[in-house]
Amino acid sequence: MNAEFLIAIITGTVVAATPLIYAALGELVAERAGVLNLGVEGMMLVGALAAFAVSVRSGSLFAGYTAAICASMLLALLFAVLTLSLQTNQVATGLALTLFGLGLSAFAGRKFLGLPIEGLRPLSLPMLSDLPIAGPLLFRFDAAVYGSILLYFVVERVLNHSRVGLQLRAVGESPAIAHALGQPVMSTRYLAVLFGGATSGIAGAYLSTALTPMWVEGMSAGRGWIALALVVFATWKPLRVLLGAYLFGGVTILQLHAQGLGISVPSEILSMLPYAATIVVLVIICRDPKTILLNQPASLGKSFHPDA
Amino acid sequence: MADFPWRPPPWRLEKRAAPSAAMRIAAPLIAAAAMLATGFAIFAFLGREPLTALYMFFVEPLNSLYGVGELLLKATPLALCGLGLALGFTANVWNIGAEGQLTLGAICGGGVALFWSSELGRLALPVILLAGIAGGAAWAAIPALLRTRFNTSEILVSLMLVYIAQLLLAYLLRGAWRDPDGFGFPQSKAFDERIILPLLFDGQRASIAFPLMLALAALSWFFSSRLFAGYRMLVSGQAPAAAAYAGFSERRNVWLALMISGGAAGLAGVCEVVGPIGRLQTDISPGYGFAAIIVAFVGRLHPAGIVLAALLMSLLYLGGESVQLGLQLPAAVTGLFQGILLFYLLAADLFVGFRLRLAPRAVTSSA
Repeated sequence: MNAEFLIAIITGTVVAATPLIYAALGELVAERAGVLNLGVEGMMLVGALAAFAVSVRSGSLFAGYTAAICASMLLALLFAVLTLSLQTNQVATGLALTLFGLGLSAFAGRKFLGLPIEGLRPLSLPMLSDLPIAGPLLFRFDAAVYGSILLYFVVERVLNHSRVGLQLRAVGESPAIAHALGQPVMSTRYLAVLFGGATSGIAGAYLSTALTPMWVEGMSAGRGWIALALVVFATWKPLRVLLGAYLFGGVTILQLHAQGLGISVPSEILSMLPYAATIVVLVIICRDPKTILLNQPASLGKSFHPDA
Repeated sequence: MADFPWRPPPWRLEKRAAPSAAMRIAAPLIAAAAMLATGFAIFAFLGREPLTALYMFFVEPLNSLYGVGELLLKATPLALCGLGLALGFTANVWNIGAEGQLTLGAICGGGVALFWSSELGRLALPVILLAGIAGGAAWAAIPALLRTRFNTSEILVSLMLVYIAQLLLAYLLRGAWRDPDGFGFPQSKAFDERIILPLLFDGQRASIAFPLMLALAALSWFFSSRLFAGYRMLVSGQAPAAAAYAGFSERRNVWLALMISGGAAGLAGVCEVVGPIGRLQTDISPGYGFAAIIVAFVGRLHPAGIVLAALLMSLLYLGGESVQLGLQLPAAVTGLFQGILLFYLLAADLFVGFRLRLAPRAVTSSA
């Protein structure tokens, strides 16, 4: 195995992991506030379509990403109004959001099937990007990749080392006590869900403008669900989300490069790998009930209303 | 204390002393009416005459005997999957991978149909159906085992298995099971005439799978309202602490829920391949397993409601095809309507537990 091939695998891994990082970090914030949003897949699809459609029509990727964030946040707002203000079951509403997002994006995306798009361009720094090994490994990604790592630092910092983060975790552990202490439970949860919506939108946008620059119905192919699994796998800790996402990115990329490595396994079997890997890591993490009990936000998935 | 979004609203929600039984039945009707109104708006927005479009969507598909047959045909897998899922949902077991169990049912039943149908003779069809049920149940056994043994979320596991099942089907049809005379299409040989489910009557495509489904709906009603096992599942879902105190085994409930829903979804899958499709191919379901989640909720998790909801959902599929042909609208409008219907239902459900009061808030603490 030569160095060039190894570099291709590493960079491919980072790129494949990027949408997972965005989606999973957003879901992590929502879950730490006690809200389980199973609609990530739906929000990603709508984000992917919004980014693609607006980028194609306006010629500006920036406008596309903004549209993706807005569209996914609208879906997240719908979810928040239903589950937080109207107290609907979070699991059922999240499933509804995913089914709705699938239907909406398939319906509205018909006109955009098969259109070409100029995808997100890699960074190009004079000198640095052309360095022999450090160049491709450090300085030749697109902006969203650097953004995902920045997002990790922000989430980690705010969640664990700031007052806002402490409030958010308190709301997730015990909304009744947080409310009694005068914390704004509802608005904290609203904002956390909206944040999850925004990052899912970016994750979706990355799929349709960078990872595979085109629009295809259902193109997220379960990545939203894998992001949800990553949050459990990470035991609700941001750093582990980052590492988990790279692990999954690696599995996806190895599957693509298997032929090059001389592994002759049918492509369908290889394509099962990320899904099978998700199941395996979930089993490993959840095997000991104490791991989940100690780390899962105590009020996760439970409704709370200050008036009720 | 600032607690956004709505404060102070001109109305307030008041918790009912007991959930309203009338609202429980009215909520799906309200949701369906709201969906129609939204459909009206969507068609108007798309520049189509809304009433014509709604007529074409909801009425025209049923104008012929063939159309009614199609309604029953598509309602069958939806109701089969929905009945099984609903049993699980009442017990707080969230199997959302019915689509994968349906696929495995089709693979197992279809495999028997392809390779053993002549040896089995007259027993072929029953064995094929049983193989389908076994396939679906086996696929659902994976999340059941992982949840009971390793504490793993059945939601995520059952969903991941959908993708794996579909890839498995694609693998078989590209390789060993492909029809050698099929011009390279990923599909199997057409099944023997003898093992295709008999039609209900001529001139349409619905088979005896529909009355079979009705019988299973009745059985499911009997199970959940007359048998102790069904009662145990209900208690576990509604009051887990009470169920634990009464000594009801959670493990048994999880297994039962997943075996029944997996088996039902497997039956739905095999009935499709030895029914209207007549062979194995890569796309055997337009997402019946996922739409069945909506069917279960719209049907109030009650067998009779589920059959009605499946008919409504089936009409949504037919309507989508109808407006695609008649008005050149994408058939994906079906998925949009499905999602909207479920949202409205969840929102309307608020009024089961609460009532709206137009009185202002009694106490305001802020000066």
